[in-house]
Amino acid sequence: MKPSRQIYFDHNATTPLHPEVKKEMVAAMEMFGNPSSMHAFGREARANVEDARRRVAAFMGADESEIVFNGSGSEGNNTVLSLFACGTSQCFPGMKPKIVTSRIEHPCVLETSQCLVHRGVDVSYLDVDAYGKIDIGQLEALLKSGGVGLVSVMMANNEIGTIQDIAAISAMAHQYGALMHTDAVQAFGKVPVDVNELGVDFLTISGHKIYGPKGIGALYVRKKTPYCPFIRGGHQERGRRAGTENTLGIMGLAMAVDMRKAEMEAEAERLVGFREMLRKGISERIDDALFNGHPTDSMPNTLNVSFPGAEGESILLYLDLAGIAVSTGSACASGSLDPSHVLLATGVDAERAHGSIRISMGRSTTLEEVEYLLDVLPGVIERIRNMSTAYI
Amino acid sequence: MLQSGEWAYTEKLKEHFESPKNILQGNDTSGFDGVGMEGNLQCGDQMMVVIKVDKETEKINDCQWKTYGCASAIASTSVLSEMVKGMTLEEAFAVSPKDVTKELGGLPENKIHCSVLGDKALRAAINDYYTRNGMQDRVKKEQAKTICQCMSITDHDIEEAVLEGARTYYELQEHTKLGTVCGQCKDEAEAEMQKFIHLHFGA
Repeated sequence: MKPSRQIYFDHNATTPLHPEVKKEMVAAMEMFGNPSSMHAFGREARANVEDARRRVAAFMGADESEIVFNGSGSEGNNTVLSLFACGTSQCFPGMKPKIVTSRIEHPCVLETSQCLVHRGVDVSYLDVDAYGKIDIGQLEALLKSGGVGLVSVMMANNEIGTIQDIAAISAMAHQYGALMHTDAVQAFGKVPVDVNELGVDFLTISGHKIYGPKGIGALYVRKKTPYCPFIRGGHQERGRRAGTENTLGIMGLAMAVDMRKAEMEAEAERLVGFREMLRKGISERIDDALFNGHPTDSMPNTLNVSFPGAEGESILLYLDLAGIAVSTGSACASGSLDPSHVLLATGVDAERAHGSIRISMGRSTTLEEVEYLLDVLPGVIERIRNMSTAYI
Repeated sequence: MLQSGEWAYTEKLKEHFESPKNILQGNDTSGFDGVGMEGNLQCGDQMMVVIKVDKETEKINDCQWKTYGCASAIASTSVLSEMVKGMTLEEAFAVSPKDVTKELGGLPENKIHCSVLGDKALRAAINDYYTRNGMQDRVKKEQAKTICQCMSITDHDIEEAVLEGARTYYELQEHTKLGTVCGQCKDEAEAEMQKFIHLHFGA
């Protein structure tokens, strides 16, 4: 039976506000003081911003002075990579303008890298295996060749959910004198993230992926790490990110982090159960379902699956008509003509990439919703395959 | 605050996507007089069109199809199959992607390329009918014309680039690498590009 409300299986795209986050932000809505002002209005805002900083830092094992609030995960990633275009400038005469990243990063890393190439930075891309894991041997070979200033590898992939061994990658980067950055936008709040256990120098997070507001993110910058602001012209964030602080967003992010701390562990266990239920149910009920990503080293909430012969945008839209929201790696849904660069990097062919959907669950996902998806999906795939030329 | 996001597609398209008309059931095409197929699975779009033709009047009295592709690909083949029923072969051969788009009430610009395969598959089916019935002389192949000799780029490549979004000579070069060696084809290539922009996107 079609449920009365739309079912949301797209939590890797964004998440709804946690009710506690909403409550916190509504209560703070009228607090307008500029945290930089010395009077009472400013002091109130400052106190809240710094309290938020302590809470965000604590959840990732960082010192509060190492947290830079910014506008988004994309901004955090742009900031870190852009540092390395300054290798020949006065700021960082010793900086080695050579970056190693992977083929499955978010476009905000890949496109920034491409831009840096035009500015004289040497960028190499690590290949991944069929499960989306980077090749650590290839990383070592690149580091051995010398001159690498930064290794940037995402902790968990947004499309297929695969989690990398960041601690091992960091250790290797440091062994060869390179700094280490991880884009933890997807991983943070879904799996434990501790900057010291991971050994990273930079780590990117975003508010809206963890039931916080949009337009707020944070960058972890390890003490004494070379740094240069991406947005200049103000002393905010200790001169590391100009612009009057987004007090409401910062407070919302901190509350979202508090809620992750309280809910993450139990939720992960529940979602792994749902994920495996979906994997089993889909394999049993649909012929030729091919799962993408790592079977175990993967985010609890994410399942990516391909249905050859069925095109992803059609699957997405027929599910939408049935009240279910998922996303796809098909070219057609993205506005470009190429299917998911992540799936192609794992070695799957274009047809399999075009026919992929990503199911990403969250804190509100229920057993009934999972069962409903399992009831509806086989019919949708059968219907599309019946009108498809793929089986002629 | 706006309450409900509209689809990127028109209501007409949504109707044809929800309830596609004239899908070929099964794989048996032996009962049809002409079969045409265009596109490929790797590119994300493939369409097959099959027709039944009244030999006396040369009118298409049935048109069925299969499509692998997105919502606009499915809907545009569906609407095309409705449009051409009752048309003569000559009329059907002249159906352009723009006619299909118009019938659908428009398509988002990045989806136009999804609608051009249906009419190509239809023309292939009509040519197949001519071939089967000993009318080789009526078969009209779409000959590609080489525009850029150095890089071997044809007018078909230019059309594809326009459908992918090229609007300036520079963008055309980015898409096709045309004119990047001797550069002599620039004027002709620009004229071809303008022709296809007008054909697919013109008012």
